[in-house]
Amino acid sequence: MVRALGARSIRQTFRRPQLISPIVVFPTLLLAIQTGGAGAGIELPGFPPVQSFLQFMLAGSMMQSMMLAGNSGGIAFAVDIEMGFTDRLFAAPIPRFAIVLGRLAGTAALGLFASLWFLAIGLIFGAEIEGGVPGALLAIALITASALAVGGIGAAIALRTGSASVVQGLFPLVLVVLFLSSAFFPQELMIEPAKTIAAYNPLSFIVEGVREPIISGIDATQTLEAVAAIAGIVVLGLVLSARALRHRLRIG
Amino acid sequence: METAAANANLATILALIARAKNELVRVPGAAIPGVLAPTIFFLGLNGVFGGLIHLSGFDTDSYESFIVPVSMLQGAGFTGAAAGVNLARDYEQGWVDRLLVSPAPRWVLLTGNVLAASLRAFVPATFVLAIAFLIGARWPGFDGLVVCYAMVAAMAAVAACWGSMLALHYKSQSAAPLMQAGMMGLVLLTPAYAPLELLQPWLEKVAEINPVTHVIEAARQGFVGSVTWSETWPGLLALAALLAVFGALALREMRRTNA
Repeated sequence: MVRALGARSIRQTFRRPQLISPIVVFPTLLLAIQTGGAGAGIELPGFPPVQSFLQFMLAGSMMQSMMLAGNSGGIAFAVDIEMGFTDRLFAAPIPRFAIVLGRLAGTAALGLFASLWFLAIGLIFGAEIEGGVPGALLAIALITASALAVGGIGAAIALRTGSASVVQGLFPLVLVVLFLSSAFFPQELMIEPAKTIAAYNPLSFIVEGVREPIISGIDATQTLEAVAAIAGIVVLGLVLSARALRHRLRIG
Repeated sequence: METAAANANLATILALIARAKNELVRVPGAAIPGVLAPTIFFLGLNGVFGGLIHLSGFDTDSYESFIVPVSMLQGAGFTGAAAGVNLARDYEQGWVDRLLVSPAPRWVLLTGNVLAASLRAFVPATFVLAIAFLIGARWPGFDGLVVCYAMVAAMAAVAACWGSMLALHYKSQSAAPLMQAGMMGLVLLTPAYAPLELLQPWLEKVAEINPVTHVIEAARQGFVGSVTWSETWPGLLALAALLAVFGALALREMRRTNA
């Protein structure tokens, strides 16, 4: 059941330009623009040693795509609620958690797709993965797990509000959270107050965990910090989803 | 007879502008994404890339002043693209069909939509500018402000023509990402983040042939220096050319619609 619902959510995303575009087109466009426009930033004192700004940016683009996959998953879930599809699933003899898990499986698959997409772009345009194959696999795993975690929050909001436009309205918030992390530039070189906020933003821990295997090699401490941040978001998403699901079942 | 026709055309254009204004007044929430997006980009880019001013070759010590015209033009691009999305929605709901069977010429219908977008673009531009002043952007002078707002209004018109062309071609709101991505690319594949000489070679080449580079530089001049005619006319010329091309394409799609 989870596999069938997950496959459905992936097909749904790829069939609708308004769902796939934020996951692929915008982050790719921004990657090109930011790499070309701010690439000279690697010459700034204090910038970590990197092969190129593209190599540095790959983790940020994966994060952006993954976050937008979570948002798109939430929008599609809310559309299902608006159209009555979820009500039909609730009436079917299947576990309720499988309905949410199916959607999350689809979002995680989109996270996997996003990580592969940006690794491919990086390799095509000359970026090296310093951590080799294990480093690439670690980055892929962290992004996929992050998509699952962020998707949980998107699903919770969709279940709570049942409105696609409300979930869509969170799109700017995704950008805010990303800009207030070290996704696009080293935290030490950002300017206040973004610099201080980025130091505590859980996304910064995840992005550093994804970036390290790409720009220098696998680092146990940063990997563990990223895993802890993902686990925190997973727990938050699960709690919010469970409460929102109860709320949806109560209001009918 | 000709005067009566001109008066009727003007009345139609004004009615279409009033309809767009009513949308803004009656559903103010619909304008929020168009205002929020450039504001978030402005604040985000300033916080993230503000340190770039320490690179040699930057001609200003205030990144917020450097980036604010870009965000204002980005807001114009989003507003224009939103005009295209609204037109697609109107088509899906049958409103465009009703307009097309009216005796109003096609160019009048397009002009109403485009001018409405130009006026609406002042909302995000003013909001972003106010935020920029709050965090320390430089006052561009009256002439710098006029030039910047003129660029914003004309850029929104270009974006509205682009959006209308796609809306009438695809006849679906599903084309929205293409409308927005096209404008985002056009505005940001320029010296948006850094001066031309600091861009990566590939982007420098793209920016040199992108006409919007002249628009950015004209809009930016008051914020980073003084306003000169030699920096202003290339921007005006670029916008006139873009408007002619995208306007003609949008008009062609409008003539083909239900022909």
